[in-house]
Amino acid sequence: MLHIENLHVKVGDKEVLHDINLHIGEGETHVLLGPNGSGKTTLLMTIMGFSNYTITEGKILFKGEDVTKMRAHERAKRGIGMLFQRPPTISGLKLGKLLTAISRTKPDNILELAKSVHMDKFMDRDINKGFSGGEIKRSEVLQLMIQNPDFIMLDEPESGVDLENISLMGTAIGSLLEKEKRMSKRQKSGLVITHTGYILDYIETDRGHVMCEGQIRCHGNPREILKDIKQRGYKECMECRQT
Amino acid sequence: MPPNVNVPDLSATDKERLAQSGMDLAMTNRCGSYLQMDQEIVHSECSAEGIEVLPYKKAMEKYSWLKEYEWNAVSRDKDEITQYVAAQKEPKGYVIIAHKGSSNIVPIQACLFLGREQIQHVHNILIAEEGSELHIISGCTSGEHVGKGGAHYGVSEFYIKKNAKISFTMIHNWSENIEVFPRSASIVEENGVFLSNYVCMQPVKKVQMYPTVTLEGENSVARFSSIVIATAESYMDIGSRAILEGKGASAELITRAITKGGTIISRGHINGKTAGTRGHLECKGLILKDGRIYAIPEIEGSVVGTELSHEAAVGKLAKDEIEYLMSRGLDEDEATATIIRGFLDVKINGLPEALQKQIDASIDVAEKAGF
Repeated sequence: MLHIENLHVKVGDKEVLHDINLHIGEGETHVLLGPNGSGKTTLLMTIMGFSNYTITEGKILFKGEDVTKMRAHERAKRGIGMLFQRPPTISGLKLGKLLTAISRTKPDNILELAKSVHMDKFMDRDINKGFSGGEIKRSEVLQLMIQNPDFIMLDEPESGVDLENISLMGTAIGSLLEKEKRMSKRQKSGLVITHTGYILDYIETDRGHVMCEGQIRCHGNPREILKDIKQRGYKECMECRQT
Repeated sequence: MPPNVNVPDLSATDKERLAQSGMDLAMTNRCGSYLQMDQEIVHSECSAEGIEVLPYKKAMEKYSWLKEYEWNAVSRDKDEITQYVAAQKEPKGYVIIAHKGSSNIVPIQACLFLGREQIQHVHNILIAEEGSELHIISGCTSGEHVGKGGAHYGVSEFYIKKNAKISFTMIHNWSENIEVFPRSASIVEENGVFLSNYVCMQPVKKVQMYPTVTLEGENSVARFSSIVIATAESYMDIGSRAILEGKGASAELITRAITKGGTIISRGHINGKTAGTRGHLECKGLILKDGRIYAIPEIEGSVVGTELSHEAAVGKLAKDEIEYLMSRGLDEDEATATIIRGFLDVKINGLPEALQKQIDASIDVAEKAGF
């Protein structure tokens, strides 16, 4: 599904990602762990195609196609989607209007989907204006439900969400990733950034990666990695140079 | 349904321009009409019970008491525009009276059409008597053969009596060679409500106006909303002023201004003269192409207990907002249009659906042309 080779990324004049290599197969969900400022969000924004992130070396292949030079909407049309940790507030733009714009052809089921994540009362609200942390995340999930991407990047889906809503988010994300299907039948893939790991109680992940200082330092079983980090923190990761 | 409005000798283009300014010639969504083409009054009638739409001169002959309202809210000596209108031997324009307790949810349309090189002058008086409710859409447009240009001088005086309400939605659809000088003022009595909406999405050479509302009555309310786009050659000096005199009176002045190279001077003034009054002024500007947006918000309070605020911002389209929408699959043009559309989306409480739709339709036309 997603294949990244030798990726180097600059923001402004500074290189912030160095030699990233990552492969996520069809039906797989990976988790990306790492301390604050290690470059996790940068990697997601780069994969999505945001213009502030300049790829200086390497390439991104999506479903076998080189998307390295494509703009965000071209990547979105090919099936890449993202749940933002802090999406912008857009004054005047109503959530309902945006959902209709995203759906293009099938506005019929918007309300039904909105109800499933308790966002049906927010249709006439400006996007993210005055939304609580949980509401922002539910709005993001709802947009993804309508966009229906094949590869979903989730940037801290549990941050700012209370415990009750984590389960709702987990179920919704699980369904986006076709977790109810047998593994061999799954076609959706995902990449999740999490700090706390709470969301992993709801979404099974297949592989974990740890990012430090703009590099992916190790790969492995996500639960084991998380357990390690919980016990020892990121200090050892910071010292580790092995990739 | 009221009869169709018959428009003589008008090209298909001009009919389309009339429609874009909100004129519904088939009268499907209107209860009355006033149509003035140049200086000729083509149509003037209203089928709503208790509401009259009369040509100015005829109204003055019919009701002698109207003299009290003539040049009362607006001073005839205010400036050269009012003096010009006051000097006319054959005054044009309309008088709309909603008699006590009457109401029209289906709006009345008033259209002023400029077809030749000249100065078109009108003097309008609108009165909502006690407990009445009046909704008007005023479309102003010029024809395709207006030549080197023309000007429109329009004086409008609004009187909103106790417990009455007027909503006045003005859509300007002029062209690059027209200069427009509306002069209007309103007086609102106890519990009265005045909603004034102004939409100008099309080119105009110059607009200069600064409508004033005096909220005399207790708990009277005024809301002004202006949605304007200035194209490269347009010069728009627009504003609104609210004088809060009655206890508990409140006013809100909202402007959304976009320049595509033209000049917009967005003025606003709220004067809180009595305790318990409230006012808020908001101007948001977006510069799409180098031009000028000059916001001059003024708030003036002179007593303990008046609460006034203002908010003004001029900026550009935010790249992170555009890219956020692009990440959802919208291309750059779609994302930009969606954000601008949102920026211009000012929902006005208390406005009948037909009028909100008309405002939306004006924005639709601008959006289809690529803003």
